[in-house]
Amino acid sequence: MNLTLKIWRQASANARGEMVTYKVSDISPDMSFLEMLDVLNEQLNARGEEPIAFDSDCREGICGMCGLMISGKAHGPEVTTTCQLHMRSFSDGDEITVEPWRADAFPVIKDLVVDRGAFDRIIAAGGFISANTGAAPEAHSVPVPKPKADRAFMAAACIGCGACVAACPNASGMLFMGAKITHLGELPQGQPERDARVVSMVEQHDAEGFGGCTNIGECSAACPKEIPMDVINQLNRDLRHALTRHGD
Amino acid sequence: MTDTNATTSGGAATQAAPNAGIVHGLYTEGEPLHDTKAPAGPIQDKWSTRKFESGLVNPANRRKLSVIIVGTGLAGGAAAATLGEAGYQVKSFCYQDSPRRAHSIAAQGGINAAKNYKEDGDSTFRLFYDTVKGGDYRSRETNVYRLAEVSTNIIDQCVAQGVPFAREYGGLLDNRSFGGVQVSRTFYARGQTGQQLLIGAYQALERQVAAGTVEMFSRHEMLEVIVADGKARGIIARDLVTGEVETHLADAVVLASGGYGNVFYLSTNAMGSNVTATWRAHRKGAYFANPCYTQIHPTCIPVSGDHQSKLTLMSESLRNDGRIWVPKKAEDCEKDPREIPEEDRDYYLERIYPSFGNLVPRDIASRQAKNVCDEGRGVGPKVGDFRRGVYLDFTDALKRMSAEAVAEKYGNLLDMYQRITGENPYEVPMRIYPAVHYTMGGLWVDYDLQSTIPGLFVAGEANFSDHGANRLGASALMQGLADGYFVLPHTIRDYLAKGPFEKLPDSHPDVVEAKASVDARVQKLLSINGDRSVDSFHKELGNIMWEYCGMERSEEGLLKAIDLIRGLRDEFWRNVKVLGAADTLNQSLEKAGRVADFLELGELMCIDALHRRESCGGHFRAESQTEDGEALRHDDEFAYVAAWEFGGDGSPAVLHKEDLVYEAIEMKQRSYK
Ligand SMILES: Cc1cc2nc3c(=O)[nH]c(=O)nc-3n(C[C@H](O)[C@H](O)[C@H](O)COP(=O)(O)OP(=O)(O)OC[C@H]3O[C@@H](n4cnc5c(N)ncnc54)[C@H](O)[C@@H]3O)c2cc1C
Ligand code: SF4
Ligand code: FES
Repeated sequence: MNLTLKIWRQASANARGEMVTYKVSDISPDMSFLEMLDVLNEQLNARGEEPIAFDSDCREGICGMCGLMISGKAHGPEVTTTCQLHMRSFSDGDEITVEPWRADAFPVIKDLVVDRGAFDRIIAAGGFISANTGAAPEAHSVPVPKPKADRAFMAAACIGCGACVAACPNASGMLFMGAKITHLGELPQGQPERDARVVSMVEQHDAEGFGGCTNIGECSAACPKEIPMDVINQLNRDLRHALTRHGD
Repeated sequence: MTDTNATTSGGAATQAAPNAGIVHGLYTEGEPLHDTKAPAGPIQDKWSTRKFESGLVNPANRRKLSVIIVGTGLAGGAAAATLGEAGYQVKSFCYQDSPRRAHSIAAQGGINAAKNYKEDGDSTFRLFYDTVKGGDYRSRETNVYRLAEVSTNIIDQCVAQGVPFAREYGGLLDNRSFGGVQVSRTFYARGQTGQQLLIGAYQALERQVAAGTVEMFSRHEMLEVIVADGKARGIIARDLVTGEVETHLADAVVLASGGYGNVFYLSTNAMGSNVTATWRAHRKGAYFANPCYTQIHPTCIPVSGDHQSKLTLMSESLRNDGRIWVPKKAEDCEKDPREIPEEDRDYYLERIYPSFGNLVPRDIASRQAKNVCDEGRGVGPKVGDFRRGVYLDFTDALKRMSAEAVAEKYGNLLDMYQRITGENPYEVPMRIYPAVHYTMGGLWVDYDLQSTIPGLFVAGEANFSDHGANRLGASALMQGLADGYFVLPHTIRDYLAKGPFEKLPDSHPDVVEAKASVDARVQKLLSINGDRSVDSFHKELGNIMWEYCGMERSEEGLLKAIDLIRGLRDEFWRNVKVLGAADTLNQSLEKAGRVADFLELGELMCIDALHRRESCGGHFRAESQTEDGEALRHDDEFAYVAAWEFGGDGSPAVLHKEDLVYEAIEMKQRSYK
């Protein structure tokens, strides 16, 4: 198929960016979206134009490195990651716009590449269980009821891609954060630090410039791992409890 | 397929030579390697003894000692977190934008540990035995025993961190059997075991970042190791965002940079997986062991066309219920498989290996798939002259188990297949083909995981130590975490206890030289301005490797490959086209540096494969097979680790042999018939 692409080009963090139009032809429906961009980049390189910078690594939907706004949708028209989107989801003659994640907390580095370091800093603020190596008790000493284990697992499936932030009109990171709060909060091992965790993660989230949640639901709809909105409820509940218990 | 007109230009002449002097015009033999630092005594006491004997560092002094760790996968992430907890000053590096994205994240199946929770006869010794046997008796006994010994601690540690392993209704951990063993010792988190283990290590790492013991350098690529006065003392890394080439110094350096499967261009590795960190260290004196040992995984989604950028693995658990076949007649290969009657199908694994059937080890399943495709009986689209695919058919399972039961067990894998191929596996048999998956070779290390450069330690897939010529399923995750959480913290402490080390000034000639060489290489790559893209070189190298150093290797093919690689490398340095600048994010430049190193590694892999005139594990030499086409090992000649020393540009590599001594178990030929 033949396609018209309008792609965001921005030379560096401080440069002004613009949409640039490119045509690609003979695109196979079996190509992934990123392979289609690879083909375009090979053509640009041959013409002496600098290839378009975009992030990807595993290309199998698990590392969370890829992420593009494709015709206004985070990760494009299917519920999956950008790297797992295939060209059979498009038709001959389509015009497709390709942009980076847009959020104050995710500044553009170059072209389609953004800085998601804010997510790491939110985890560093408290998204862990403090268990030094070597200090762990025997694994079977603490059984975990299966429903709780399953719910922890569901929330732990988050890949940290940032699509939830990109999709949210408020650029909120609450789905990402709620997923971590739920993962650790469902497990007995996560209880001792539960209050402190939620308070410091939320503080960090706000300091990074993410917006608040107004229950729109675009985040969950865009999430390639289908993390449900109720992890945000759990986050809010945990936060309320923590603040009342500590009289903050 | 080998070409009968193998050329012998470029120095790859075929005359055989005695072990002394130059062999095949390609390498010389040096002194054997002995010391592995494993203490004397019974195998089950060695690790306790080593831990007891290793030096201690007073907590107050740890803050003054520094360690650089390249890589944030299971091995590097676990090591950085643990050394940070102990109070050392750690600098951690990864090329991705976050340490959480290391390729360990992609592991699906599970992690082994000898917990014996199922009371089915598992034990440390059995896990040790299975790993040595699975590795086709080409791994070092002492290291493997220790791996099995610490495996149980890994599970305890991960559970304490909140890793959500699968559990049974009673709330206890579930296990499954995996990868051709008869006990259930594999712990798993649905199809996302690697992800969950890595997130556990990543969170522990971020906790240390917050505590100030670990400084994190994401989007940084190590391009050189600094060896000063004979010791590893730091690295040169490029900040991938600003392009700045930085010098980082420390008292010890750990490489946990993963495997080099991307030398084949197409593999199940991540796009950025590379050999640069270990190859640069090799050029500075670290021996590279068994580079030719590559694992080719049988159940991957086949190549769909020239645009293909990577291959996707589907867990081999599919072989538990799916049946593998191809048409008996080549003329049926284009037909709708559902219209091919039972009697015209060849369930070749069940036919050749009646007792193991579809569950034979990975290397055997892969090679047989290649054989039937080479015979012209492959299915799916033609890639080049051949169809490269075989059917993995769930029809019988769907009849036996119901669609719901199949979906419950394999749903995520079948969905992934459908997303990638656009075909519905509940209706049409899937197509699979082998793909490069894991590299058993890596930098040579002793019992302490120290390379031949003092102060340079190597962990995870980047070292060679535990899997011999073939790795068992669910054992790489175990090894990465064993190295990172439980081995390195002790052995590095022993090394650091010999400190404090003299502070190295930035003006030290070895530091200046390392930095200058990186700057010069970056400039060189940008200045060639030829006609061909980096990817086109990488693809061509991949084709050569796959053709001649893939599932089947022969002397003739390998000699040809060596010539082809030399020619390609020459052309690369004359004709590659890398646009953009040095002082900005430049993904073409990053790729160019990686491909340049692969072009050197590829040659060494072929030399290693050529010198090993036996078949073992993932290394199948056409000249060394039994009458019915099975791999034939030659323990009398080849029961050793081949550790290669860099001989200098344009000079032959030097082979050092480390004899493999088995005291705890006896060597046997594998048989799966
Ligand atoms: C698809 C797939 C499925 C698998 N499934 C299983 C399984 O079920 N069970 C199992 O046991 N094993 C499995 N394996 C194997 C296993 O996942 C890997 O061998 C293991 O995770 C490697 O871990 P590592 O820590 O050594 O390296 P990696 O996780 O690969 O990490 C490498 C790190 O090094 C960094 N790095 C590399 N080069 C540089 C450089 N030059 N400069 C700076 N940083 C650098 C990277 O950024 C990264 O952080 C699977 C592998 C694949 C590909
Ligand atoms: S919650 Fe979903 S969309 Fe948000 S970072 Fe996690 S996986 Fe991505
Ligand atoms: S590249 Fe890893 S999720 Fe897309």
